Amino acid sequence: MTPAAGRNVKTAMRERFASEVIARFSADPECFFLTVDVGFMALEGVRDAFGARFINAGVAEQNLIGVAAGLAREGCRVFCYSIASFLYARPFEQIRNNLAFTGLPVCLVGNGGGYAYGHMGPTHHALEDAAVMHALGVRVQVPAFDDDIPAIIGGIEAPTYLRLGRDHAPPTWPGMDYAPWRRVLAGTRGVLVALGPLAGVALRALGGLACDARPAVWAATDLDADSAPGRLWEELAGNTVFVIEEHAAAGGLGMVLGHAMARRRIAAKRFVHRHAIMPPDGRHGSQAFHWARCGFDEAGILAMINEP
Amino acid sequence: MAPLPDLTSRMQTDDLTARMASIGARVEAARARLIAMHRAAGLGHLGGNLSCIDILTVLFHAVLREDDRFILSKGHSAGALYVALWSIGTLDDDALATFGRDDSLLTGHPCGQGVPGVLFPTGSLGHGPSLAAGLALAAKHRGSDRRIHCLCSDGEWQEGSCWEALAFAVHHRLDNLTLIVDQNGLQGFGRVDEVVGGPPLRDRVAAFGARVVVGDGHAARSIAGALGAHLDGRPTVVVMNTVKGRGTAWEDQLESHYLPPGSDDSSGGPQREDRHA
Repeated sequence: MTPAAGRNVKTAMRERFASEVIARFSADPECFFLTVDVGFMALEGVRDAFGARFINAGVAEQNLIGVAAGLAREGCRVFCYSIASFLYARPFEQIRNNLAFTGLPVCLVGNGGGYAYGHMGPTHHALEDAAVMHALGVRVQVPAFDDDIPAIIGGIEAPTYLRLGRDHAPPTWPGMDYAPWRRVLAGTRGVLVALGPLAGVALRALGGLACDARPAVWAATDLDADSAPGRLWEELAGNTVFVIEEHAAAGGLGMVLGHAMARRRIAAKRFVHRHAIMPPDGRHGSQAFHWARCGFDEAGILAMINEP
Repeated sequence: MAPLPDLTSRMQTDDLTARMASIGARVEAARARLIAMHRAAGLGHLGGNLSCIDILTVLFHAVLREDDRFILSKGHSAGALYVALWSIGTLDDDALATFGRDDSLLTGHPCGQGVPGVLFPTGSLGHGPSLAAGLALAAKHRGSDRRIHCLCSDGEWQEGSCWEALAFAVHHRLDNLTLIVDQNGLQGFGRVDEVVGGPPLRDRVAAFGARVVVGDGHAARSIAGALGAHLDGRPTVVVMNTVKGRGTAWEDQLESHYLPPGSDDSSGGPQREDRHA
Protein backbone atom coordinates (compact mmCIF):
# COMPACT_ATOMS: atom_id res chain seq x y z
CA MET A 1 0.00 0.00 0.00
CA THR A 2 1.50 3.32 -1.00
CA PRO A 3 1.53 6.17 1.51
CA ALA A 4 -1.49 7.94 0.08
CA ALA A 5 -3.45 5.01 -1.33
CA GLY A 6 -7.15 5.65 -1.47
CA ARG A 7 -6.60 9.39 -1.79
CA ASN A 8 -6.61 9.80 -5.56
CA VAL A 9 -2.98 8.82 -6.02
CA LYS A 10 -2.10 8.29 -9.63
CA THR A 11 -0.52 5.16 -10.99
CA ALA A 12 3.23 4.77 -10.70
CA MET A 13 5.41 6.92 -12.88
CA ARG A 14 6.59 3.90 -14.78
CA GLU A 15 3.25 3.72 -16.56
CA ARG A 16 3.69 7.25 -17.81
CA PHE A 17 7.30 6.51 -18.65
CA ALA A 18 6.29 3.44 -20.64
CA SER A 19 3.65 5.28 -22.62
CA GLU A 20 6.00 8.15 -23.38
CA VAL A 21 8.88 5.97 -24.45
CA ILE A 22 6.54 4.07 -26.75
CA ALA A 23 5.14 7.24 -28.25
CA ARG A 24 8.50 8.89 -28.76
CA PHE A 25 10.95 6.13 -29.48
CA SER A 26 9.35 2.84 -30.42
CA ALA A 27 9.46 3.76 -34.10
CA ASP A 28 13.09 4.88 -33.95
CA PRO A 29 15.00 2.07 -35.67
CA GLU A 30 18.11 2.90 -33.68
CA CYS A 31 16.51 2.93 -30.23
CA PHE A 32 16.93 -0.07 -27.95
CA PHE A 33 15.15 -0.79 -24.68
CA LEU A 34 16.97 -3.20 -22.38
CA THR A 35 15.79 -4.75 -19.16
CA VAL A 36 17.23 -7.30 -16.77
CA ASP A 37 14.27 -9.59 -16.34
CA VAL A 38 12.20 -6.84 -14.76
CA GLY A 39 8.97 -5.44 -16.16
CA PHE A 40 6.23 -7.97 -15.60
CA MET A 41 2.90 -6.18 -15.69
CA ALA A 42 4.70 -2.99 -16.67
CA LEU A 43 6.72 -3.31 -19.85
CA GLU A 44 4.61 -5.60 -22.00
CA GLY A 45 3.53 -2.64 -24.08
CA VAL A 46 7.10 -1.49 -24.55
CA ARG A 47 8.14 -5.00 -25.50
CA ASP A 48 5.41 -5.25 -28.10
CA ALA A 49 6.13 -1.79 -29.51
CA PHE A 50 9.90 -2.15 -29.75
CA GLY A 51 9.92 -5.68 -31.13
CA ALA A 52 13.46 -6.98 -31.67
CA ARG A 53 14.86 -3.81 -30.16
CA PHE A 54 13.39 -4.74 -26.78
CA ILE A 55 15.89 -7.05 -25.12
CA ASN A 56 15.47 -8.84 -21.83
CA ALA A 57 19.14 -9.34 -21.09
CA GLY A 58 18.41 -11.64 -18.18
CA VAL A 59 19.59 -11.38 -14.59
CA ALA A 60 22.91 -9.82 -15.52
CA GLU A 61 23.20 -6.14 -14.73
CA GLN A 62 26.90 -5.83 -15.48
CA ASN A 63 26.39 -7.20 -18.94
CA LEU A 64 23.38 -4.94 -19.38
CA ILE A 65 25.51 -1.84 -19.02
CA GLY A 66 28.33 -3.15 -21.18
CA VAL A 67 25.99 -4.07 -24.00
CA ALA A 68 24.25 -0.71 -23.68
CA ALA A 69 27.60 1.05 -23.92
CA GLY A 70 28.51 -0.94 -27.00
CA LEU A 71 25.22 -0.07 -28.67
CA ALA A 72 25.52 3.57 -27.72
CA ARG A 73 29.08 3.68 -28.97
CA GLU A 74 27.71 2.81 -32.39
CA GLY A 75 25.21 5.63 -32.20
CA CYS A 76 22.13 3.82 -30.90
CA ARG A 77 19.80 5.40 -28.36
CA VAL A 78 19.55 3.11 -25.35
CA PHE A 79 17.28 2.85 -22.31
CA CYS A 80 18.25 0.43 -19.52
CA TYR A 81 15.50 -0.44 -17.06
CA SER A 82 15.45 -2.21 -13.75
CA ILE A 83 14.43 -1.88 -10.15
CA ALA A 84 16.44 1.11 -8.98
CA SER A 85 18.42 -0.74 -6.33
CA PHE A 86 19.64 -3.28 -8.90
CA LEU A 87 20.39 -0.81 -11.63
CA TYR A 88 22.98 1.38 -10.01
CA ALA A 89 24.61 -0.85 -7.42
CA ARG A 90 25.59 -4.13 -9.04
CA PRO A 91 26.95 -2.61 -12.25
CA PHE A 92 28.42 0.48 -10.61
CA GLU A 93 31.85 -0.05 -12.16
CA GLN A 94 30.37 -0.60 -15.59
CA ILE A 95 28.38 2.62 -15.25
CA ARG A 96 31.51 4.39 -14.08
CA ASN A 97 33.99 3.11 -16.65
CA ASN A 98 31.76 2.56 -19.65
CA LEU A 99 29.23 5.37 -19.37
CA ALA A 100 30.50 8.10 -17.07
CA PHE A 101 34.05 8.04 -18.43
CA THR A 102 32.87 7.93 -22.04
CA GLY A 103 29.90 10.27 -21.82
CA LEU A 104 27.71 7.87 -23.76
CA PRO A 105 24.07 9.09 -23.47
CA VAL A 106 22.51 5.93 -22.10
CA CYS A 107 19.42 6.49 -19.96
CA LEU A 108 19.38 4.30 -16.85
CA VAL A 109 15.79 4.01 -15.63
CA GLY A 110 15.53 2.91 -12.03
CA ASN A 111 12.01 2.11 -10.96
CA GLY A 112 11.03 2.48 -7.35
CA GLY A 113 13.63 4.80 -5.91
CA GLY A 114 13.73 5.39 -2.20
CA TYR A 115 11.54 3.11 -0.10
CA ALA A 116 9.07 2.42 -2.90
CA TYR A 117 9.50 -1.33 -2.61
CA GLY A 118 8.67 -1.09 1.08
CA HIS A 119 7.92 -4.55 2.43
CA MET A 120 10.30 -6.17 -0.04
CA GLY A 121 13.06 -5.16 2.35
CA PRO A 122 16.26 -3.13 2.30
CA THR A 123 17.89 -4.93 -0.62
CA HIS A 124 15.15 -3.47 -2.80
CA HIS A 125 15.42 0.07 -1.50
CA ALA A 126 17.47 2.69 -3.36
CA LEU A 127 18.59 5.21 -0.77
CA GLU A 128 22.03 6.29 -1.95
CA ASP A 129 21.50 5.97 -5.69
CA ALA A 130 21.31 9.65 -6.52
CA ALA A 131 24.49 10.40 -4.60
CA VAL A 132 26.63 7.72 -6.14
CA MET A 133 25.42 8.43 -9.64
CA HIS A 134 25.93 12.13 -9.12
CA ALA A 135 29.43 11.48 -7.86
CA LEU A 136 30.23 9.85 -11.19
CA GLY A 137 29.03 12.84 -13.12
CA VAL A 138 25.97 11.01 -14.35
CA ARG A 139 23.00 13.34 -14.69
CA VAL A 140 20.53 12.47 -11.94
CA GLN A 141 16.87 13.13 -12.68
CA VAL A 142 14.18 12.53 -10.06
CA PRO A 143 10.85 13.58 -11.58
CA ALA A 144 8.34 15.03 -9.16
CA PHE A 145 5.25 14.55 -11.31
CA ASP A 146 4.19 12.31 -14.15
CA ASP A 147 4.12 15.32 -16.45
CA ASP A 148 7.88 15.75 -15.94
CA ILE A 149 8.61 12.55 -17.82
CA PRO A 150 8.21 13.74 -21.42
CA ALA A 151 10.59 16.64 -21.02
CA ILE A 152 13.18 14.54 -19.24
CA ILE A 153 13.33 11.62 -21.64
CA GLY A 154 13.24 13.96 -24.59
CA GLY A 155 16.46 15.62 -23.47
CA ILE A 156 18.89 12.76 -22.87
CA GLU A 157 22.29 13.95 -24.07
CA ALA A 158 24.58 12.49 -21.48
CA PRO A 159 24.67 9.42 -19.22
CA THR A 160 21.50 9.81 -17.18
CA TYR A 161 20.02 8.11 -14.13
CA LEU A 162 16.25 8.51 -14.08
CA ARG A 163 14.72 7.56 -10.75
CA LEU A 164 11.01 6.78 -11.07
CA GLY A 165 8.63 7.05 -8.14
CA ARG A 166 4.99 7.99 -7.88
CA ASP A 167 3.20 11.27 -8.51
CA HIS A 168 1.70 12.42 -5.21
CA ALA A 169 0.40 15.78 -6.28
CA PRO A 170 -3.14 16.42 -5.04
CA PRO A 171 -5.82 16.29 -7.72
CA THR A 172 -6.44 19.99 -7.19
CA TRP A 173 -2.93 20.95 -8.23
CA PRO A 174 -3.08 22.51 -11.70
CA GLY A 175 0.34 21.35 -12.75
CA MET A 176 3.32 23.28 -14.01
CA ASP A 177 5.69 23.18 -16.95
CA TYR A 178 8.77 21.14 -16.25
CA ALA A 179 11.91 22.76 -14.97
CA PRO A 180 14.73 21.02 -13.13
CA TRP A 181 14.12 23.21 -10.09
CA ARG A 182 10.82 25.08 -9.73
CA ARG A 183 8.70 26.62 -7.06
CA VAL A 184 5.44 24.72 -6.87
CA LEU A 185 3.84 26.47 -3.90
CA ALA A 186 4.19 30.00 -2.59
CA GLY A 187 4.78 30.55 1.10
CA THR A 188 6.47 32.97 3.43
CA ARG A 189 7.48 30.84 6.43
CA GLY A 190 10.76 29.58 5.07
CA VAL A 191 11.63 27.49 2.04
CA LEU A 192 11.09 23.74 1.69
CA VAL A 193 13.05 21.97 -1.02
CA ALA A 194 11.83 18.48 -1.86
CA LEU A 195 13.55 15.84 -3.93
CA GLY A 196 11.26 14.70 -6.71
CA PRO A 197 7.99 13.06 -5.67
CA LEU A 198 8.12 14.35 -2.11
CA ALA A 199 7.15 17.69 -3.61
CA GLY A 200 3.71 16.21 -4.18
CA VAL A 201 3.57 15.04 -0.59
CA ALA A 202 4.51 18.54 0.53
CA LEU A 203 1.73 19.97 -1.62
CA ARG A 204 -0.75 17.67 0.08
CA ALA A 205 0.55 18.58 3.53
CA LEU A 206 0.83 22.32 3.06
CA GLY A 207 -1.45 23.33 0.22
CA GLY A 208 -4.39 23.92 2.50
CA LEU A 209 -2.54 26.30 4.78
CA ALA A 210 -2.48 30.04 4.43
CA CYS A 211 0.50 31.43 2.60
CA ASP A 212 1.93 32.96 5.74
CA ALA A 213 1.57 29.70 7.62
CA ARG A 214 3.66 27.58 5.28
CA PRO A 215 7.05 27.67 3.57
CA ALA A 216 7.46 28.06 -0.15
CA VAL A 217 7.85 24.63 -1.71
CA TRP A 218 10.41 23.90 -4.40
CA ALA A 219 10.60 20.69 -6.36
CA ALA A 220 14.15 19.63 -7.16
CA THR A 221 14.19 17.10 -10.00
CA ASP A 222 17.80 17.47 -11.12
CA LEU A 223 20.57 16.96 -8.60
CA ASP A 224 22.69 19.56 -10.36
CA ALA A 225 22.16 22.62 -8.20
CA ASP A 226 23.60 24.85 -10.88
CA SER A 227 20.46 24.22 -12.89
CA ALA A 228 18.39 26.04 -10.27
CA PRO A 229 17.23 29.57 -11.05
CA GLY A 230 18.57 32.58 -9.23
CA ARG A 231 15.24 33.06 -7.54
CA LEU A 232 15.88 29.99 -5.39
CA TRP A 233 19.07 31.41 -3.95
CA GLU A 234 17.34 34.72 -3.25
CA GLU A 235 14.63 32.93 -1.31
CA LEU A 236 17.04 30.77 0.64
CA ALA A 237 19.26 33.59 1.85
CA GLY A 238 18.71 34.25 5.54
CA ASN A 239 15.68 32.03 5.59
CA THR A 240 14.69 28.83 7.35
CA VAL A 241 15.45 26.02 4.93
CA PHE A 242 13.76 22.63 5.04
CA VAL A 243 15.06 19.82 2.88
CA ILE A 244 13.19 16.55 2.47
CA GLU A 245 14.50 13.63 0.44
CA GLU A 246 13.76 9.93 0.23
CA HIS A 247 17.49 9.41 0.06
CA ALA A 248 20.39 9.09 2.43
CA ALA A 249 21.84 12.23 3.90
CA ALA A 250 25.28 11.60 2.44
CA GLY A 251 25.60 13.10 -0.98
CA GLY A 252 21.91 13.74 -1.44
CA LEU A 253 19.85 16.82 -2.00
CA GLY A 254 20.60 18.31 1.41
CA MET A 255 24.34 18.15 0.94
CA VAL A 256 24.13 19.28 -2.66
CA LEU A 257 22.02 22.26 -1.67
CA GLY A 258 24.19 23.09 1.31
CA HIS A 259 27.32 22.99 -0.79
CA ALA A 260 25.71 25.14 -3.46
CA MET A 261 24.62 27.67 -0.85
CA ALA A 262 28.10 27.77 0.66
CA ARG A 263 29.66 28.36 -2.77
CA ARG A 264 27.30 31.27 -3.24
CA ARG A 265 27.97 32.56 0.26
CA ILE A 266 24.35 32.09 1.17
CA ALA A 267 23.60 31.32 4.79
CA ALA A 268 20.36 29.93 6.08
CA LYS A 269 18.87 31.09 9.36
CA ARG A 270 18.16 27.45 10.08
CA PHE A 271 18.75 24.29 8.03
CA VAL A 272 16.46 21.34 8.73
CA HIS A 273 17.12 18.11 6.83
CA ARG A 274 14.83 15.08 6.77
CA HIS A 275 16.25 12.11 4.93
CA ALA A 276 16.29 8.34 4.69
CA ILE A 277 17.92 6.18 7.34
CA MET A 278 21.15 4.66 6.06
CA PRO A 279 22.24 1.99 6.80
CA PRO A 280 18.98 0.21 7.67
CA ASP A 281 18.42 0.19 11.42
CA GLY A 282 16.57 -3.08 11.66
CA ARG A 283 13.01 -1.82 11.44
CA HIS A 284 11.14 -2.66 8.28
CA GLY A 285 7.78 -2.03 6.71
CA SER A 286 5.85 -0.26 4.01
CA GLN A 287 6.95 2.89 2.27
CA ALA A 288 4.46 4.77 4.44
CA PHE A 289 6.04 3.29 7.55
CA HIS A 290 9.48 4.45 6.49
CA TRP A 291 8.24 7.89 5.52
CA ALA A 292 6.70 8.33 8.93
CA ARG A 293 9.91 7.25 10.65
CA CYS A 294 11.94 9.62 8.52
CA GLY A 295 9.54 12.47 9.11
CA PHE A 296 8.63 13.35 5.55
CA ASP A 297 5.13 11.95 5.34
CA GLU A 298 2.36 14.56 5.46
CA ALA A 299 2.17 14.56 9.24
CA GLY A 300 5.91 14.72 9.55
CA ILE A 301 6.15 17.66 7.20
CA LEU A 302 3.54 19.58 9.15
CA ALA A 303 5.31 18.86 12.41
CA MET A 304 8.66 19.84 10.93
CA ILE A 305 7.59 23.30 9.79
CA ASN A 306 5.99 24.00 13.13
CA GLU A 307 8.91 22.94 15.27
CA PRO A 308 10.33 25.85 17.26
CA MET B 1 45.45 16.89 -24.47
CA ALA B 2 44.45 16.68 -28.14
CA PRO B 3 43.67 13.27 -29.61
CA LEU B 4 46.51 11.50 -31.31
CA PRO B 5 46.43 11.60 -35.12
CA ASP B 6 45.49 8.44 -36.96
CA LEU B 7 48.45 7.68 -39.17
CA THR B 8 47.11 4.35 -40.42
CA SER B 9 48.45 3.54 -43.84
CA ARG B 10 47.66 -0.13 -44.21
CA MET B 11 47.36 -1.49 -47.70
CA GLN B 12 43.84 -2.57 -48.58
CA THR B 13 44.08 -6.21 -49.57
CA ASP B 14 42.06 -9.32 -48.96
CA ASP B 15 44.98 -11.61 -49.64
CA LEU B 16 45.91 -13.27 -46.37
CA THR B 17 49.12 -14.57 -47.88
CA ALA B 18 50.24 -11.09 -48.76
CA ARG B 19 49.24 -9.81 -45.35
CA MET B 20 51.14 -12.58 -43.62
CA ALA B 21 54.30 -11.88 -45.55
CA SER B 22 57.07 -10.81 -43.23
CA ILE B 23 54.76 -11.33 -40.25
CA GLY B 24 57.52 -13.05 -38.33
CA ALA B 25 59.79 -10.04 -38.66
CA ARG B 26 56.92 -7.75 -37.74
CA VAL B 27 56.23 -9.72 -34.57
CA GLU B 28 59.86 -9.66 -33.50
CA ALA B 29 60.11 -5.97 -34.24
CA ALA B 30 57.01 -5.35 -32.17
CA ARG B 31 58.34 -7.41 -29.28
CA ALA B 32 61.59 -5.47 -29.26
CA ARG B 33 59.78 -2.16 -29.51
CA LEU B 34 57.50 -3.16 -26.63
CA ILE B 35 60.39 -4.00 -24.34
CA ALA B 36 62.18 -0.79 -25.24
CA MET B 37 59.05 1.27 -24.63
CA HIS B 38 58.45 -0.25 -21.22
CA ARG B 39 62.10 0.19 -20.29
CA ALA B 40 62.01 3.83 -21.24
CA ALA B 41 58.82 4.39 -19.28
CA GLY B 42 59.81 2.28 -16.31
CA LEU B 43 56.35 0.71 -16.27
CA GLY B 44 55.55 -2.90 -15.41
CA HIS B 45 52.91 -5.37 -16.63
CA LEU B 46 55.41 -6.37 -19.28
CA GLY B 47 54.81 -10.10 -18.86
CA GLY B 48 51.18 -10.00 -19.95
CA ASN B 49 52.10 -7.64 -22.76
CA LEU B 50 54.70 -10.03 -24.11
CA SER B 51 52.33 -12.98 -24.01
CA CYS B 52 49.93 -11.24 -26.38
CA ILE B 53 52.11 -9.11 -28.66
CA ASP B 54 52.17 -11.87 -31.29
CA ILE B 55 48.39 -12.09 -31.22
CA LEU B 56 47.94 -8.34 -31.52
CA THR B 57 50.49 -7.97 -34.30
CA VAL B 58 48.86 -10.65 -36.39
CA LEU B 59 45.40 -9.30 -35.57
CA PHE B 60 46.18 -5.80 -36.70
CA HIS B 61 48.29 -6.72 -39.71
CA ALA B 62 46.37 -9.64 -41.12
CA VAL B 63 42.91 -10.00 -39.62
CA LEU B 64 41.21 -6.73 -38.76
CA ARG B 65 39.60 -4.97 -41.68
CA GLU B 66 39.08 -1.23 -41.86
CA ASP B 67 35.60 -1.32 -40.39
CA ASP B 68 36.14 -3.98 -37.74
CA ARG B 69 36.30 -3.26 -34.02
CA PHE B 70 38.77 -4.31 -31.37
CA ILE B 71 38.55 -4.13 -27.60
CA LEU B 72 41.46 -4.81 -25.29
CA SER B 73 39.65 -6.23 -22.29
CA LYS B 74 42.91 -7.14 -20.56
CA GLY B 75 43.70 -3.47 -20.29
CA HIS B 76 46.98 -3.98 -18.47
CA SER B 77 48.38 -4.99 -21.88
CA ALA B 78 47.92 -1.47 -23.15
CA GLY B 79 51.59 -1.29 -24.05
CA ALA B 80 51.18 -4.18 -26.45
CA LEU B 81 48.17 -2.50 -28.01
CA TYR B 82 50.02 0.75 -28.51
CA VAL B 83 52.94 -1.08 -30.11
CA ALA B 84 50.58 -3.02 -32.37
CA LEU B 85 49.10 0.29 -33.45
CA TRP B 86 52.63 1.56 -34.02
CA SER B 87 53.35 -1.52 -36.07
CA ILE B 88 50.60 -0.67 -38.55
CA GLY B 89 51.49 3.01 -38.60
CA THR B 90 48.59 4.33 -36.53
CA LEU B 91 50.93 5.65 -33.83
CA ASP B 92 54.46 6.91 -34.34
CA ASP B 93 57.61 6.86 -32.22
CA ASP B 94 56.85 10.30 -30.80
CA ALA B 95 53.55 9.01 -29.48
CA LEU B 96 55.14 5.89 -27.97
CA ALA B 97 57.69 8.10 -26.27
CA THR B 98 54.85 9.57 -24.20
CA PHE B 99 53.84 6.19 -22.78
CA GLY B 100 53.49 6.50 -19.04
CA ARG B 101 54.49 10.17 -19.05
CA ASP B 102 52.58 13.08 -17.61
CA ASP B 103 49.80 14.50 -19.75
CA SER B 104 49.94 11.53 -22.11
CA LEU B 105 47.01 9.70 -23.65
CA LEU B 106 49.03 6.48 -23.67
CA THR B 107 48.23 5.48 -20.14
CA GLY B 108 49.14 2.21 -18.44
CA HIS B 109 45.62 0.95 -19.15
CA PRO B 110 43.75 2.47 -22.11
CA CYS B 111 42.00 5.65 -21.10
CA GLY B 112 39.59 5.35 -24.00
CA GLN B 113 40.14 8.84 -25.29
CA GLY B 114 42.11 10.24 -28.16
CA VAL B 115 43.84 7.06 -29.34
CA PRO B 116 42.60 5.90 -32.77
CA GLY B 117 40.82 2.58 -32.57
CA VAL B 118 40.56 2.53 -28.78
CA LEU B 119 36.85 2.71 -28.03
CA PHE B 120 36.58 2.31 -24.27
CA PRO B 121 38.66 2.75 -21.15
CA THR B 122 39.62 -0.72 -20.00
CA GLY B 123 41.76 -1.94 -17.18
CA SER B 124 39.20 -3.34 -14.81
CA LEU B 125 38.90 -6.92 -15.96
CA GLY B 126 35.66 -8.37 -17.17
CA HIS B 127 34.21 -5.41 -19.03
CA GLY B 128 35.36 -6.10 -22.56
CA PRO B 129 33.17 -9.05 -23.50
CA SER B 130 29.97 -7.12 -22.77
CA LEU B 131 31.19 -4.05 -24.62
CA ALA B 132 32.11 -6.23 -27.54
CA ALA B 133 28.74 -7.93 -27.43
CA GLY B 134 27.06 -4.56 -27.64
CA LEU B 135 29.15 -3.60 -30.64
CA ALA B 136 28.38 -6.92 -32.27
CA LEU B 137 24.68 -6.52 -31.59
CA ALA B 138 24.69 -3.11 -33.23
CA ALA B 139 26.43 -4.54 -36.29
CA LYS B 140 23.94 -7.39 -36.57
CA HIS B 141 21.06 -4.97 -36.16
CA ARG B 142 22.28 -2.93 -39.10
CA GLY B 143 23.07 -5.90 -41.29
CA SER B 144 26.73 -4.97 -41.33
CA ASP B 145 29.47 -7.57 -41.87
CA ARG B 146 31.65 -5.81 -39.34
CA ARG B 147 33.53 -8.18 -37.03
CA ILE B 148 34.37 -7.53 -33.42
CA HIS B 149 37.40 -8.95 -31.65
CA CYS B 150 38.04 -8.72 -27.93
CA LEU B 151 41.24 -9.84 -26.18
CA CYS B 152 40.93 -11.12 -22.62
CA SER B 153 43.29 -12.69 -20.17
CA ASP B 154 42.69 -16.16 -18.75
CA GLY B 155 42.46 -15.00 -15.14
CA GLU B 156 39.92 -12.45 -16.30
CA TRP B 157 37.43 -15.24 -16.83
CA GLN B 158 37.11 -15.52 -13.10
CA GLU B 159 34.94 -12.40 -13.41
CA GLY B 160 31.29 -13.35 -13.58
CA SER B 161 30.63 -10.60 -16.05
CA CYS B 162 32.55 -12.51 -18.72
CA TRP B 163 30.11 -15.36 -18.43
CA GLU B 164 27.15 -12.99 -18.50
CA ALA B 165 28.46 -11.60 -21.74
CA LEU B 166 29.16 -15.01 -23.24
CA ALA B 167 25.70 -16.30 -22.41
CA PHE B 168 24.20 -13.18 -23.97
CA ALA B 169 26.34 -13.49 -27.09
CA VAL B 170 25.41 -17.12 -27.56
CA HIS B 171 21.74 -16.45 -27.03
CA HIS B 172 21.73 -13.59 -29.53
CA ARG B 173 23.78 -15.55 -32.07
CA LEU B 174 26.54 -12.99 -32.29
CA ASP B 175 28.74 -14.95 -34.66
CA ASN B 176 30.45 -11.73 -35.66
CA LEU B 177 32.08 -11.69 -32.23
CA THR B 178 35.41 -13.32 -31.37
CA LEU B 179 36.65 -13.41 -27.81
CA ILE B 180 40.36 -14.17 -27.68
CA VAL B 181 41.86 -15.51 -24.49
CA ASP B 182 45.54 -14.97 -23.84
CA GLN B 183 46.05 -18.15 -21.83
CA ASN B 184 49.46 -17.73 -20.26
CA GLY B 185 48.55 -19.58 -17.09
CA LEU B 186 49.63 -16.89 -14.67
CA GLN B 187 47.64 -14.18 -12.95
CA GLY B 188 48.27 -11.51 -10.33
CA PHE B 189 49.18 -13.63 -7.36
CA GLY B 190 49.58 -17.17 -8.55
CA ARG B 191 49.03 -19.62 -11.34
CA VAL B 192 45.54 -19.55 -12.73
CA ASP B 193 44.84 -23.20 -11.97
CA GLU B 194 46.06 -22.73 -8.39
CA VAL B 195 43.94 -19.66 -7.71
CA VAL B 196 40.67 -20.85 -9.23
CA GLY B 197 40.95 -24.30 -10.77
CA GLY B 198 38.33 -26.39 -12.44
CA PRO B 199 37.75 -27.72 -15.92
CA PRO B 200 39.77 -26.18 -18.73
CA LEU B 201 38.46 -22.85 -19.89
CA ARG B 202 37.99 -24.20 -23.39
CA ASP B 203 35.56 -26.80 -22.07
CA ARG B 204 33.63 -24.32 -19.98
CA VAL B 205 33.09 -21.84 -22.80
CA ALA B 206 32.11 -24.68 -25.08
CA ALA B 207 29.52 -25.74 -22.52
CA PHE B 208 28.07 -22.25 -22.76
CA GLY B 209 27.52 -22.80 -26.46
CA ALA B 210 30.45 -20.93 -27.95
CA ARG B 211 32.45 -22.14 -30.89
CA VAL B 212 35.90 -22.85 -29.51
CA VAL B 213 39.27 -22.78 -31.25
CA VAL B 214 42.54 -23.53 -29.51
CA GLY B 215 45.86 -22.42 -30.90
CA ASP B 216 49.45 -21.43 -30.31
CA GLY B 217 49.57 -17.76 -29.41
CA HIS B 218 53.17 -17.46 -30.54
CA ALA B 219 52.76 -19.03 -33.98
CA ALA B 220 51.57 -16.44 -36.45
CA ARG B 221 49.84 -18.82 -38.82
CA SER B 222 48.06 -20.54 -35.96
CA ILE B 223 46.86 -17.16 -34.77
CA ALA B 224 45.69 -16.04 -38.18
CA GLY B 225 43.91 -19.30 -38.81
CA ALA B 226 42.13 -19.19 -35.47
CA LEU B 227 40.93 -15.63 -35.94
CA GLY B 228 39.39 -16.03 -39.34
CA ALA B 229 35.69 -15.41 -39.81
CA HIS B 230 33.34 -18.30 -39.20
CA LEU B 231 29.68 -17.42 -39.34
CA ASP B 232 27.66 -20.29 -37.97
CA GLY B 233 25.43 -18.50 -35.49
CA ARG B 234 27.82 -18.86 -32.58
CA PRO B 235 30.33 -16.43 -31.10
CA THR B 236 33.85 -17.78 -31.17
CA VAL B 237 36.21 -18.09 -28.24
CA VAL B 238 39.80 -18.48 -29.34
CA VAL B 239 42.00 -19.84 -26.57
CA MET B 240 45.57 -19.02 -27.38
CA ASN B 241 48.26 -20.82 -25.39
CA THR B 242 50.99 -18.35 -24.59
CA VAL B 243 53.94 -17.73 -22.33
CA LYS B 244 53.92 -14.83 -19.94
CA GLY B 245 57.06 -12.76 -20.36
CA ARG B 246 57.86 -14.45 -23.64
CA GLY B 247 61.32 -13.55 -24.85
CA THR B 248 62.78 -12.52 -21.48
CA ALA B 249 64.46 -14.22 -18.57
CA TRP B 250 61.13 -13.95 -16.70
CA GLU B 251 59.27 -16.34 -18.96
CA ASP B 252 56.44 -18.07 -17.12
CA GLN B 253 57.26 -16.31 -13.86
CA LEU B 254 54.85 -14.35 -11.70
CA GLU B 255 57.31 -11.45 -11.48
CA SER B 256 56.83 -10.75 -15.15
CA HIS B 257 53.30 -9.51 -14.44
CA TYR B 258 54.60 -6.57 -12.48
CA LEU B 259 58.24 -5.74 -13.15
CA PRO B 260 59.41 -3.41 -15.90
CA PRO B 261 62.51 -4.41 -17.87
CA GLY B 262 65.81 -4.18 -16.07
CA SER B 263 64.41 -3.52 -12.63
CA ASP B 264 65.85 -6.76 -11.22
CA ASP B 265 69.49 -7.16 -12.16
CA SER B 266 69.63 -10.54 -10.48
CA SER B 267 67.01 -12.07 -12.77
CA GLY B 268 69.10 -12.25 -15.84
CA GLY B 269 66.37 -10.28 -17.50
CA PRO B 270 68.47 -7.57 -19.07
CA GLN B 271 70.58 -10.09 -20.97
CA ARG B 272 67.57 -11.72 -22.62
CA GLU B 273 65.94 -8.38 -23.33
CA ASP B 274 69.07 -7.01 -24.93
CA ARG B 275 69.01 -9.89 -27.39
CA HIS B 276 65.69 -8.64 -28.68
CA ALA B 277 66.22 -4.87 -28.24
